[in-house]
Amino acid sequence: MKVLVPVKRVVDYNVKVRVKSDGTGVDIANVKMSMNPFDEIAVEEAVRLKEKGVVTEVIAVSCGDAKCQETLRTAMAIGADRGILVETTEELQPLAVAKLLKALVDKEQPQLIILGKQAIDDDANQTGQMLAALADLPQATFASKVEVAGDKATVTREVDGGLETVSLTLPAVITTDLRLNEPRYVTLPNIMKAKKKQLDTFKPEDLGVDVKPRLKTLKVSEPPKRGAGIKVPDVATLVDKLKNEAKVI
Amino acid sequence: MTALVIAEHDHATVKPATLNTVTAALACGGDVHVLVAGANAAEAGKAAAQIAGVAKVIVADSPSLAENLAENVAAQVLAIASSYSHILFPSTANGKNVAPRVAAKLDVAQISDITKVDSPDTFERPIYAGNAIATVQSADPIKVITVRTTGFDAAAATGGSAAVETAEGVADSGKSSFVGREVTKSERPELTAAKIIVSGGRALGSAEKFTEVMAPLADKLNAGLGASRAAVDAGYAPNDWQVGQTGKIVAPQLYIAAGISGAIQHLAGMKDSKVIVAINKDEEAPIFSVADYGLVADLFTAVPELVKAL
Repeated sequence: MKVLVPVKRVVDYNVKVRVKSDGTGVDIANVKMSMNPFDEIAVEEAVRLKEKGVVTEVIAVSCGDAKCQETLRTAMAIGADRGILVETTEELQPLAVAKLLKALVDKEQPQLIILGKQAIDDDANQTGQMLAALADLPQATFASKVEVAGDKATVTREVDGGLETVSLTLPAVITTDLRLNEPRYVTLPNIMKAKKKQLDTFKPEDLGVDVKPRLKTLKVSEPPKRGAGIKVPDVATLVDKLKNEAKVI
Repeated sequence: MTALVIAEHDHATVKPATLNTVTAALACGGDVHVLVAGANAAEAGKAAAQIAGVAKVIVADSPSLAENLAENVAAQVLAIASSYSHILFPSTANGKNVAPRVAAKLDVAQISDITKVDSPDTFERPIYAGNAIATVQSADPIKVITVRTTGFDAAAATGGSAAVETAEGVADSGKSSFVGREVTKSERPELTAAKIIVSGGRALGSAEKFTEVMAPLADKLNAGLGASRAAVDAGYAPNDWQVGQTGKIVAPQLYIAAGISGAIQHLAGMKDSKVIVAINKDEEAPIFSVADYGLVADLFTAVPELVKAL
């Protein structure tokens, strides 16, 4: 059984981004880039399924500029068997990525596609569900537990107010939530090994996909600042302020 | 121009998130219809018809819609999608699950988590965990949108008198099935609907201490109980209590953060609260930079003292 794991190169989660003064976007020149944390969880889950003998091959995919090769090498250092880069310098929006992935699903015929529930840059939370719709596959989003047996995947999902379990007929799309697993640290020998693994490159045209953005970003601005208030000396003052000044209790 | 709101409901009643989504839909400028896709959902349909500003309610009733399976709900929305200029879902677990399927099938972009409607085709939405706000314009014929409910006031739940129609329910996709649900039982208000929230951080030190210290405060204020990601990761609190970029986005009247340092990802989930109180023994903690009232104190003495003083 093959698993396809799409991974996105994003600004590292520890970086506090700055909005550019001309309002055209955020400044990502010279900031640390990493694999989207939810995608890292997806790679780890796929590799664990391989280690359990459920899966035979883990294929990592990334869409974007040539630097996404680094992200693919990271995925291969965690344990993905090979990588596919869909290379373009065009801004890629979730619908375009879902179409590229659909073309690769047609080509590779994986039984499972596991990816992060959202990327921490555009916070869209769309790609997995869009891919599932385009490929007419069932989906389980926000997964906190995955079990694969025969032609079924049983997935526990994090939903409002608790957990929900669904059963999917494979092939299927799963998006990961934080508590699915804790990704392993990549070791130096595995980083070296990853460098020798196969990495194929396609262009969107090779896959017959029009990736032109549909949404136009008119401007990007700073969020309204929330000023710091006052420090209160003790609990009694706090209660008094909440009752008589803020009037919230 | 007509907007369709996909109701969040439990078949008998309409959930509050629907009300905020109706307000966002009204801001798009045209009539507002509400789709209640459920099983034996006539009561929820009646409740939706009472919402102020709603012109029509469509109830699609089918066993296939009993458990909110994304494949079936998306098919139900698509069955009526072509009559609408805007299709709006609340940014709940259900809304986020279904909306992108609808957008992809319509071959349109989705605009996620909008916090403001600037014009019928231009919307504001947070990116980078709320560290920047993007203003985006859509040229697609149908705008598929998820609505961050804290960005919009709730429409009045009563006062409307919309016509109720029924639509034929879709057949089951046959590709997914519902197995079970584990609902966290709680007497406390749900986080996204609570007027007051008290949240605890890693400083609580253990699950036992978390409950022992934070629960009495929540009980006293009839507040929802939240937690930072650090507290959840450490196992002190369940995941659905998590407030932040990767958890719940909340905006209550009063938010009390105890022992929470204020990581960016936590602030992203609560900084729109009306009044923020921070209790932390580290006076340099970033949480104080957004707090209206800061108390530099050990939470293990300050919180019980607060419970007594209320």
